[in-house]
Amino acid sequence: MAEEEVKLFGTWASPVSRRIEVALKLKGVQYEYIEEDLTNKSPALLNYNPVNKQIPVLVHNGKSVAESLVIMEYIDETWKHNPILPADPYERAMARFWAKYIDEKFWPAAMKIVVANGEEQKGEIDEIQQQMKNLEGELKEKKFFGGESLGFLDIAANIIIWLVVAQEALGMDQILNEEKLPVLYGWLQRLLDDAVFKECVPPKDRHLDLFKVKFGSSK
Amino acid sequence: MAEENKVKLHGMWASPYVKRVEIALKIKGIPYEFVEEDLVNKSQLLLQYNPVHKKVPVLIHNGKSICESLVILEYIDETWKNGPPLLPQDPYKRAKVRFWTSFVEKELLENVLLVVRSEGEAQEKAIKVVFEKLKLLEEGLKDLFQGETHHIDGENMGILDIVLCSLFGAHKAQEEVLGVKFIDPEKFPLLSSWVTAFTEVAVVKALQPPHEKLVMVYQFLRQKALRPSAAGVEVKEGVYVTSLSRSSPF
Repeated sequence: MAEEEVKLFGTWASPVSRRIEVALKLKGVQYEYIEEDLTNKSPALLNYNPVNKQIPVLVHNGKSVAESLVIMEYIDETWKHNPILPADPYERAMARFWAKYIDEKFWPAAMKIVVANGEEQKGEIDEIQQQMKNLEGELKEKKFFGGESLGFLDIAANIIIWLVVAQEALGMDQILNEEKLPVLYGWLQRLLDDAVFKECVPPKDRHLDLFKVKFGSSK
Repeated sequence: MAEENKVKLHGMWASPYVKRVEIALKIKGIPYEFVEEDLVNKSQLLLQYNPVHKKVPVLIHNGKSICESLVILEYIDETWKNGPPLLPQDPYKRAKVRFWTSFVEKELLENVLLVVRSEGEAQEKAIKVVFEKLKLLEEGLKDLFQGETHHIDGENMGILDIVLCSLFGAHKAQEEVLGVKFIDPEKFPLLSSWVTAFTEVAVVKALQPPHEKLVMVYQFLRQKALRPSAAGVEVKEGVYVTSLSRSSPF
């Protein structure tokens, strides 16, 4: 088999970038990682993703793929062992549906929480806790969304960790707490304990510092 | 055919998201029952099948519901493998189709809706953004089609064609209501010839409401955003079209 060249352009604190690291590591794909400075994007990044100039970008044998969920599907279809998506079309639809939910509902809601105050913030927290209750409905009794092992939705749901770190950085009460959301709370502990996944989260102290700087001033 | 295997689509005649699913079902030759929803008075069934978003389209197959039009399109392609494919075979080509579909959905559609819902300076700004995005798409098409003419018919329409069609199939109505020509053959020759091609596809033609109805839809959306009391509707989060539900489809 010819030498495969895989590159990932990303940033250390970006959840969408970290998603791709998890996917590649689960498949055992060797890759070169390039850390981007988003205030000073490299010519290579701009060349590989001229449309929205964003990370993550995966470059496989010179061809580039952008958009984290698109990249994850590409990885699953190209390296077929250890599948990330289930085989059944309905199960696949559910994984895609909830991944979309996380990107389009959960993430904006999380963004609102970190900049809001008082009553408004309380309202946003209630909203996001309801969203997480909805996610629990999909997880049910399973170890992970993907079943016995990590799957597409577990990887996409990594953004939940960013909310947990942000809330800690801001000295807020636990939003994803065991009392209100026992099912998702359990899942999160298992996720953070997973050998592959835990290599792909930003170092806690550095991440906390980043959030204190980014969101702390509005408090 | 067993009751379980039946396909039902809960939708609404003016919704482009629903249109996407109908086009896909017809291309694949899948028989289905269409359930017209009144979005002001949503049926118990709809709320049961889509408790999270409470929106159309919802596809029911084998007693299970699938929501979100793009998720439904992929489900259709993966479940009915005998009809024409909605995505290419090659993973890299599939990634490109998914990327541009996401671009049309997030970058183009959102901004076209902004143009519809705004006026004055805000609208000027939104129009500028749409033209920037159209330019990017035109460039992207050169890469996507690789210099070849993209010939479209009922046999080879795919997810990207369907999604773009659901947005710009009504371009003439948009032009009439907004006074802006997005699908300009001089500015965007590839995109324009592509839009012309898919509006001529028999399946698309059969599903397209008449021009006057589409004009009405866009006028209504504009009214609802700018002068809701005049439109006579309560502006509700997430409701695509409200009082239009009560008018007949054709």
